Amino acid sequence: MRKVVIPIGPQHPALKEPESFSVTLSGERIMAFSARLGYNHRGIEKACEDRSYTQNVYLTERICGICSHAHSTAFVQAVEEIAGIKIPDRASYIRTIISELERIHSHLLWLGVAGHEIGFDTLLMYTWRDREIVMDILAQITGNRVNYGMNTIGGVRRDIDDEQKKNILKAMDKLEERTLYYITVATSERTVIERLSGVGVLPHKDAVRLGAVGPTGRASGVDRDTRRDDPYAAYDRIKFKVITDDHCDVYGRTLVRVGELMEAYKIIRQALKDMPEGPITVKAPRKIPAGEAVSRYEAPRGEDLHYVKSNGTEKPERVKVRAPTLANVQTVAKMLEDGQLADLPIVIAAIDPCFSCTDRMTIIKHAGSRDLGAMAWEDLRTHGINWYKNKGVDFSRLNEKLKKANKV
Amino acid sequence: MTTREEAAKTALIKKFGFLENLVRIQRERRIFIDDAGQDFERILDFASEDLGFSVLCAITGSDDGTRYEFIYHMARPKGDMLNIKIYTPRDGSRVKTITDKFPGAEIFERELTDLLGVKIDGLGEGNRYPLSDDWPKGEYPLRKDWVKKDKKPEGK
Repeated sequence: MRKVVIPIGPQHPALKEPESFSVTLSGERIMAFSARLGYNHRGIEKACEDRSYTQNVYLTERICGICSHAHSTAFVQAVEEIAGIKIPDRASYIRTIISELERIHSHLLWLGVAGHEIGFDTLLMYTWRDREIVMDILAQITGNRVNYGMNTIGGVRRDIDDEQKKNILKAMDKLEERTLYYITVATSERTVIERLSGVGVLPHKDAVRLGAVGPTGRASGVDRDTRRDDPYAAYDRIKFKVITDDHCDVYGRTLVRVGELMEAYKIIRQALKDMPEGPITVKAPRKIPAGEAVSRYEAPRGEDLHYVKSNGTEKPERVKVRAPTLANVQTVAKMLEDGQLADLPIVIAAIDPCFSCTDRMTIIKHAGSRDLGAMAWEDLRTHGINWYKNKGVDFSRLNEKLKKANKV
Repeated sequence: MTTREEAAKTALIKKFGFLENLVRIQRERRIFIDDAGQDFERILDFASEDLGFSVLCAITGSDDGTRYEFIYHMARPKGDMLNIKIYTPRDGSRVKTITDKFPGAEIFERELTDLLGVKIDGLGEGNRYPLSDDWPKGEYPLRKDWVKKDKKPEGK
């Protein structure tokens, strides 16, 4: 059969992020695959050289909309190592808690995306509804759903009080109950098992050879996890299991992620129990002495690596970032080899490539005014309803009908 | 510092005598080779095959104003990381590809080509990364003497 080359992308090829793929097909079978990346390149490494270390904490946090805590932690860890700063114990535990909350939000988001890609949109609706529980907790502790602004050089900027502790524990119980349900679905629902098994196969030796990281590697039996192997924050004081699987396919990647969700709840409970009292930050110098450090962090998608070189001034000489997707994207060609074109979206989505998910807006600029004001959630809701009403879309009669029907 | 890092340092010095003052244990699980020089490939082979540093995490390229520095970040289980440095002059900088041993190195080498303008000998054809196809020729943003042409202040 004649081979056909199909360009896919760069406008949102299955993902909500620009990437361009070139797929060579023979009928429906994939013969070759290549990716063109870089559409999201913003020059952040170069921009870091022009900014102070404190500014860079916030800049690196914005590398990714989902793994924002991952990048800022990897960066501050490197700077703290160069400056010889030992952060307070309480700060280590708080970094660990935020890190795991971020993993929960990322993995639940992924589970929904995976459900959507295989036409199982009920799973998307369920998981994204449940994800709101962890998003609310993150907003409560940090003030933000993403880009938390928790890290600073020398510790964290906000403490966790007793009331917040109680709310986190309550949320963990609810999420654990929901995750157990998803595990039942993933291990007993035949449609899911058969749709994901044998799809996007990455044999163990190829995962090792291509340097796969995170759940992508662990689902091919690569027993590597930075939290255990190169511990940071409070991970050296916390007991947890590294979840691996030997299915080597999308099904395995699903099992690893739901397994990691269960571990995350355990880690958070332990961290909240063991977190010592005390300060949350130590003073850091504005100028960082000349030196270099490599910092590693287990982000939801795998190992995140930051290399920082300082020159004794208040700005870094060089900041290098290797996000996990860059390590994993090279495995996709292998996963798609000899596969079906229809499997392409779920196989790509299964490495969980990063895309920005921030789209909640609370800052409103009033027409004709230069004033910026923050809106509470309820006000925002009312604003939305009125905005639609002005456009002629009014659900109030329907709501009345539904209320009556519910009473009956 | 544990004996693991010390053992790796000793093995490196035993095999490559000139590394005596060039291997440095910065902290637990972090080893640096400050200049592997002409023996880079042999050191990389020895580190990956005999010492277990078989995972290439990244390649960092940087410009110190007088020469280019390349750091090959190699990891092994147990979290140890060996950072092997090599240097080239700024004029006509070339390094040899390591994609024959580490296929995952391709994206990092393309990054060096795009951002520093380094020639990678032996790197096959492929898509550029990460700059756009219409990026002007001869502009390498990670070079220290590179200046942004667009002087418009950010955020305006």
